[in-house]
Amino acid sequence: MPYLTHLRTDDGFGGEEDEVYAALLAAHESLTDSQSAALNARLVLLLANHIGDLSVIREALSAARASVLRNLETQ
Amino acid sequence: MPNAFGAVVRRSRLTMGCHTPRRFPYTTPPELRGAVGGLHQVVIVGAGPVGLAAAIDLAQHGIHCIVLDDNDVVSIGSRAICWSKRTLEIFDRLGVGERMLAKGVTWQVGRVYHRDQELYSFNLLPERGHKMPAFINLQQYYVEEYLVERAAELEGLIQLRWKNRFLGLEQRDMSVGVKVDTPDGPYRLETRWLLAADGARSAVRNALGLEFKGEEFEEKFLIADVRTATDYPSDRRFWFQPTFDPSESVLVHRQPDDVFRIDFQLGWDADVDVEREPGRVSERVHHVLGREARFEVQWCSIYTFRCARLGRFVHGRVLFAGDSAHVVSPFGARGGNGGIQDVDNLCWKLALVAQGRAPRALLESYNLERVHGSDENIRHSRRTTRFMTPKTVAERQLRDAVLALARDFPFARTLVNSRRLSRPCSLERFAGTVASGNGVAGPMAPGMPCTDAPVMFSGQRPGWLLETLGGDFTIVIFAVHSTDAARRQAELRAGGLRLPVRVIVPAAAAGTAENMESVLCDVQGLAGERYGGGPGVTYLIRPDQHVAARFAIFDPAALAAAHASTIAWNN
Repeated sequence: MPYLTHLRTDDGFGGEEDEVYAALLAAHESLTDSQSAALNARLVLLLANHIGDLSVIREALSAARASVLRNLETQ
Repeated sequence: MPNAFGAVVRRSRLTMGCHTPRRFPYTTPPELRGAVGGLHQVVIVGAGPVGLAAAIDLAQHGIHCIVLDDNDVVSIGSRAICWSKRTLEIFDRLGVGERMLAKGVTWQVGRVYHRDQELYSFNLLPERGHKMPAFINLQQYYVEEYLVERAAELEGLIQLRWKNRFLGLEQRDMSVGVKVDTPDGPYRLETRWLLAADGARSAVRNALGLEFKGEEFEEKFLIADVRTATDYPSDRRFWFQPTFDPSESVLVHRQPDDVFRIDFQLGWDADVDVEREPGRVSERVHHVLGREARFEVQWCSIYTFRCARLGRFVHGRVLFAGDSAHVVSPFGARGGNGGIQDVDNLCWKLALVAQGRAPRALLESYNLERVHGSDENIRHSRRTTRFMTPKTVAERQLRDAVLALARDFPFARTLVNSRRLSRPCSLERFAGTVASGNGVAGPMAPGMPCTDAPVMFSGQRPGWLLETLGGDFTIVIFAVHSTDAARRQAELRAGGLRLPVRVIVPAAAAGTAENMESVLCDVQGLAGERYGGGPGVTYLIRPDQHVAARFAIFDPAALAAAHASTIAWNN
């Protein structure tokens, strides 16, 4: 994992983790794959703007990318 | 003749019923009529907007120059049309700004569409109290005509030599030898300095064998200048994926004389031979203007582009400005405007060095500052291209998400890059005297180009702050009473600093204004607001209207030191 100093990686959901996850799934309900992809792109932009802090966003991106690349290696 | 699109127009160029280009007479140069050639101060290669503006700027500093051009005509086709506020301020200093403003189409509102829906509009100059608008659109051939006429007013200082083609050069320690060809045969010139303003295919650059490194972009565009009588608005209009035409994007700009510039993004796979057919071009124009529209295509061209620049803009006694030094995509009006900003930055330095009033090292600051400006333009160009031509599914999804969100959310509009427009380049990181900026509030930090403000001259004559700055170093002092002006000037002289001074007093002090040229009344309070101008606040302004230093209190010794260090470039 990349060394993270700005991005929060402990539990930030405050006990509402199941609700958050269910909400993410619900947002994709009855959408086609391409609509889901479009939703994800919009969601990323909305959340990135809300966070605003480039160093946090960079760390989130590199953590996500590292996770994808590591999964590829183990497949 | 160099031009903003010269860099990029390749593959095809067709002209149908063009604006009648103005021609200029060739005369046999004195060297071929038996005159003994002396050592000239500056020879400029290229009589495009950059070369002509440089000749005028240098002449205004008292420098003699010879301008060589291999042609005898202004640009064919409108080419560079979009002139930014900063460029207009520079042109105003050179004496053609008001003429350009009168003829050009002023616009400051841009509208962005996705498919058939308007996403949002933006106003580039929402603030009052500036002489120049955010942008005007004016064909390059008009700009060149005005510059040629202005150069003629400086006769005795500027020689325009048409049909004089640069053949080659020899660099020596103290001069440059230039070989020139004419209809009467070749001749030689000897000059202290050579300025290459000869465009993207610069013969001077080739003669020196300099590397012009860059990157090619995989996209094709069709531009057409179309004359049509219509009440189509002056706003800049940009469509992503328009429904009326198969292009990826369409951009429409209005120019004077009922001429519209329409720019179609064709895609990399477009067949140039098909797209350039007059019938095909007309069909596309009908898509934009409507089935019934009557129009005449004046000029059209299919272009691809690249971004490239020289490693350095100063090579011994040979200096590069404009497209000879750097080329960018035409997105955002960075070619012509970037070239004029080169001129603005270079000419006062070259004049001081040529006159022996500054060390040659000062020219290195031109190299560093404008390489920085050029890199900024290339970076923007690359980002715009990336936004307009998504290369992968993920890039397209993000791009389309930005466009979709832009309709509803202001934050997403900041991400839309519909050819982000040229803005003046800040030199903050180069300012030699940043430390002396302490204690003054406001955005006018050392390195910033000066912001305009309305002022009242003595005799109740209204004018603009920027009209009083530039040409020479200028000292701007904010004061309470106009009677302070004489005292401050005396103190500066006592300190050995003989520079023009502008004393800005509040509107309330106007009644007490003596009849002094140097006193400006801040009629609307905007100068004080924009410059953080409490009593005593003092600015040292460079000849190119950039802040060199600023001080919270008036201190002649500190001003003299800042002036000396800016000229010596000893930071």
